[in-house]
Amino acid sequence: MSTEAPARRRDSALLRAATTWDAAIIGVTLVFLVVAAQTVEHFGTARNAGYIILDLAPILLLALAMTLIVTTGEIDLSVASTVGLTSAAMGVMWNAGMTLEAIMPLAVLLGAVLGAVNGLFITGFGLPSLAVTIGTLALYRGLAYVLLGDTAVADWPRLFTGWTLGNIGEGAVPNVLAPMAVLAIVFGLVLHATPIGRSVYAAGANPIAAAYTGIAVGRLKFWLYVTSGAMAGLVGVLWTLRYSSARADNAYGLELTVIAVVLLGGVSIFGGKGALPGVLAAVVLLVSLQNALRLAHVSTEALTVVTGSLLIAAVLAPNAASAVRGALHRRRRRTA
Amino acid sequence: MSALARHPDSVPPQPVPVVSLRALSKSFGAVQALSGARLDLYAGEAHALVGENGAGKSTLIKILAGLYRPDAGSIELDGEPVRFSDTAAAMAAGIAVIYQEPALFGDLTVAENLFIGRQPKGRFGFIDRAAMNRRAAALFARLGVPMDPDRPAKGLSIADQQLVEIAKAISLDARVLVMDEPTAALSGVEVERLFGVVRALRDGDSGSDADAGGAAVLFISHRFNEVEALCQRVTVMRDGAHVSTDLLADVGVEELVRRMVGRDLGAMFPKQEVEPGEVVLDVEGLTRTGVCRDVGFQVRAGEIVALAGLVGAGRSEVVQAVFGVEDRDAGTVRVGGRELPSGDPRAAIRAGVALVPEDRRQQGLLLDLSVLRNATLPGRGRLSRFGFLIGGAERREAAEWGARLNAKYGRLTDAAGTLSGGNQQKIVLAKWLATNPKVLIVDEPTRGIDVGTKAEVHRLLSALAADGVAVLMVSSELLEVLGMADRVLVMREGRIAGELSRAEATEESVMRLATGQEAAA
Amino acid sequence: MSAVGVKARTGSTALDLVLRFRALGLLVALTALVAVTTAVNPRFLGGQSVRDVLFAAAITVLLACGMTVVVLTRGIDLSVGSVLGLSAYVTASVLAESGMPTGPAMVLGLAVGAACGALNGVIVHFGKVPPLVATLGTLYVLRGVVYFLAGGSRINASDLPRAFLDFGNGRLLGVPYLFAVAVLVLVLVGVYLGRYRSGRDLYALGSNPEAARLAGLPAGRRLMTAYVLSGSLAGLGGVLYAARFGTVDASAGFGMELNVVAAVVVGGVAIFGGSGTVLGAALGALLLTVINNALPVLRIDQFWQQAIIGALILAAIALDRLVSIRAARALRQKGSHVD
Repeated sequence: MSTEAPARRRDSALLRAATTWDAAIIGVTLVFLVVAAQTVEHFGTARNAGYIILDLAPILLLALAMTLIVTTGEIDLSVASTVGLTSAAMGVMWNAGMTLEAIMPLAVLLGAVLGAVNGLFITGFGLPSLAVTIGTLALYRGLAYVLLGDTAVADWPRLFTGWTLGNIGEGAVPNVLAPMAVLAIVFGLVLHATPIGRSVYAAGANPIAAAYTGIAVGRLKFWLYVTSGAMAGLVGVLWTLRYSSARADNAYGLELTVIAVVLLGGVSIFGGKGALPGVLAAVVLLVSLQNALRLAHVSTEALTVVTGSLLIAAVLAPNAASAVRGALHRRRRRTA
Repeated sequence: MSALARHPDSVPPQPVPVVSLRALSKSFGAVQALSGARLDLYAGEAHALVGENGAGKSTLIKILAGLYRPDAGSIELDGEPVRFSDTAAAMAAGIAVIYQEPALFGDLTVAENLFIGRQPKGRFGFIDRAAMNRRAAALFARLGVPMDPDRPAKGLSIADQQLVEIAKAISLDARVLVMDEPTAALSGVEVERLFGVVRALRDGDSGSDADAGGAAVLFISHRFNEVEALCQRVTVMRDGAHVSTDLLADVGVEELVRRMVGRDLGAMFPKQEVEPGEVVLDVEGLTRTGVCRDVGFQVRAGEIVALAGLVGAGRSEVVQAVFGVEDRDAGTVRVGGRELPSGDPRAAIRAGVALVPEDRRQQGLLLDLSVLRNATLPGRGRLSRFGFLIGGAERREAAEWGARLNAKYGRLTDAAGTLSGGNQQKIVLAKWLATNPKVLIVDEPTRGIDVGTKAEVHRLLSALAADGVAVLMVSSELLEVLGMADRVLVMREGRIAGELSRAEATEESVMRLATGQEAAA
Repeated sequence: MSAVGVKARTGSTALDLVLRFRALGLLVALTALVAVTTAVNPRFLGGQSVRDVLFAAAITVLLACGMTVVVLTRGIDLSVGSVLGLSAYVTASVLAESGMPTGPAMVLGLAVGAACGALNGVIVHFGKVPPLVATLGTLYVLRGVVYFLAGGSRINASDLPRAFLDFGNGRLLGVPYLFAVAVLVLVLVGVYLGRYRSGRDLYALGSNPEAARLAGLPAGRRLMTAYVLSGSLAGLGGVLYAARFGTVDASAGFGMELNVVAAVVVGGVAIFGGSGTVLGAALGALLLTVINNALPVLRIDQFWQQAIIGALILAAIALDRLVSIRAARALRQKGSHVD
């Protein structure tokens, strides 16, 4: 009995490590990148890597704030509509003759205000975030259409659109990677190494116990929604400049992709669990998979099926693993 | 009082018990809730199951109800082994359970709550609402409770919710009726009526169809006068195991208590005499609409003050408003002379108040997060430099307090939910003691923890008071109240019904104030 | 819906009032909207215009009934748009290509929906995947399947049998068959939820899942029922869609889940389960459709439509919250032992 105890403990630790979802997703992503680079023509080129980074920028930026929100046990379905509305607002401001230097901070501010509206309904009135952000998903997208209709504003200055598409120095690393990396590090540090991050996990793991520990759960969530809105505003700027087009339907439906990568990255929809590295890996995996399929001339329909299946698998797999663990545990007890 | 008269001390002569629980064991993670528990119930008997909180009574009942499956051991019904796959199977076998905590469907009407899943049917298989309401009304009439069967269950008081649960269990016409502290929230009159109905069920002369013989009743209570009024036999449990089963007439209350706690009472409550110092906590006119009204008291440094009363009397609500997790509608709370703002636990924590809440799993801990994260959560600001947490400092503090309170856990990274109840409580205490509080509020500090840990918690509270901490303790365990408190404040229906000094406080005097009646025993 | 005549003294009057007030509020809003629109253009109440509304509302009402049943159990079914698309495409393509008779083809469409619903139910109940995630996943997967089947092609009305299209566009006494089907489903589901044990179980499950477990209610079976029902109705919606429009491509029903969820929420079904009626959800669906059709008449830019839906959702949930806080306070004061 006593001799086999340590072995058993190591066994279960191993099992636990293997079933840690974010470790698994990082591993899968790395394996995929290596395999795809070997098998898919043009996938491994520097130029293609640059495309992938450009493509994943909006998803990654939105996923950063979404990770924090989902970790507190809430959700924000309105992010893509916020991108659309800030983009449309940029178009209106540009048509009104404002300078882009003034428009860009205003767009981010608008995003923050839209996030604050979500936060107010959710934490101020105590309404479920799912229902509220379904409402603002429709409202913000609708307002975007009200602003621009189905027209596009496309005459953006070359200086700025060039920068978003350009590379750092003479190399192949896109300019956008720098702010992305900085923001990812900031969000990572806040979530994993500050008292605010601890509060985020506490609020998601058990909001009642968090309140009993003096955490102002409502205020915390409010500011997370403001942050999420501001990030969506930033993505609105980026999207507009990257495609050199302010349109009401910019980033249409992107919220589903963002939520998919957050869940795929191992963040629990019930809150309290998850880590940013897993989410970052999921973003890379999803976008590079999309890219590889396109390069391999596989229809993009396959991708919708893959995304949906991965999303379900992301939640199903840990559940199945713990069920298996439980069954093994019970059997072992019975034979013991 | 007729309701409390002794029933003849006779064990019914049936040779085969209706229900026989044999050598049941059950563990939850690291927690061994039951180890070899056993119990026989005969038709026509009311059987008391006593033991301290955490002795495994509730787990035993949940196995009998089909809610948990035992790790080992067996259940026999009329001598035949059975396995209950779920609660429906147990109900079908004729087992009805009144749980300690009412669980109603707030959106459904009271009548539907009683008959959910077995509503009377009329034409086309439709639910016959009129018949359902009539039957519900009849049940409440039998219990002597005024209740509108057609109102939604949402908004009922705890006592009324408990009465709905009782009516539901009775309506099942079960062969085995299990009652887990059904009286914790009830007033004296309601208890008497309940006992009247239960006796009728037990003796087989219930108002409904004349059925063969009486039901077996398993009754769990902390109130010995109720046990004596209803039951013939008594089983004592301690730390998940069977201690003894006797005719109630053969054992005195003192002997039962001794078996429950497993040691002398003197060793149980190591209360140190302390000369109280300055007033630290001063509460005046505290009011929350519909919950508590005009509550005022003071706690001095070095003093342990207990808030006693029935479940639902508003004790926890008072301390929640003092700590600020709930708003107060009127009244002031001062700590060290400085007034605390309403509804702001952070201000309370800054002023040196700590609350170890009633419900450890819901309010006290983040069960999915690690021991480390739990223990350092209130101190997260103090433990960071330039806004960043210092991992080493966190681990040091958690390990230090864990060791000081003698908490047992595998690793600091283990989820708090995997610990035993007693060790979970130690983690909650550790997280608050690390903040160095001036006022320590403990709500049911020893609920659901083992005997050994209880004594440790009591020693700790006593030592903290000796160090000059003002301790305010809410407890439903009279022994704990009487053993630990310098003063006892008794609450009834949201108000303070009276104050008793350590010398004045007895089981009778506290219950008299709590129920608002002359002593029952 | 509730027992007529028997007037309870206390609690239920409060509850009834809230519920009736809810349906009443929707009716008032509907009436006001119709009145204003008709004042601007009397033809809005004309036969053709009303028929347009009924045609447009029928499928949303149908899907809203299914969604209500799922939402009552604390779930959500985001896959309805994709299920509708799949069913519409399958039905239309067997009719156009294999020459299957109309009746069996319609049953096939319904069966496709039921199967999709069962898939959702299995993932939610057995896989313990939260409904939001599970049905978001099947939203993607099933849409992918439609794209895969259709492969960019479309089926045209000219490929479909006459009888099928007649059913989709025909009327009985001026009422479109489609709308009659929706009303029939509404009544059946309403009776099921209100008057049958298993229907009441769904409310119980959403109201307090833990208590449902203690009471021994068969949670798994009921959840499966809810998702299969929602899937079947989406499948039926697909059949009706194909019959109504004749032209079916891979994007049929795309984004429809938003309208359906909006209808249900506006109709007063609590998003966290336990309360609400199909009648409310149907009125919600009708209101959204009427708004949609009234905008051009009121010469409001069509681009406002989505913004209005969003604002309506927010207003509805905020209002429900306010009403429930009031009601809870009233009930607490009445039931409390503290004066």
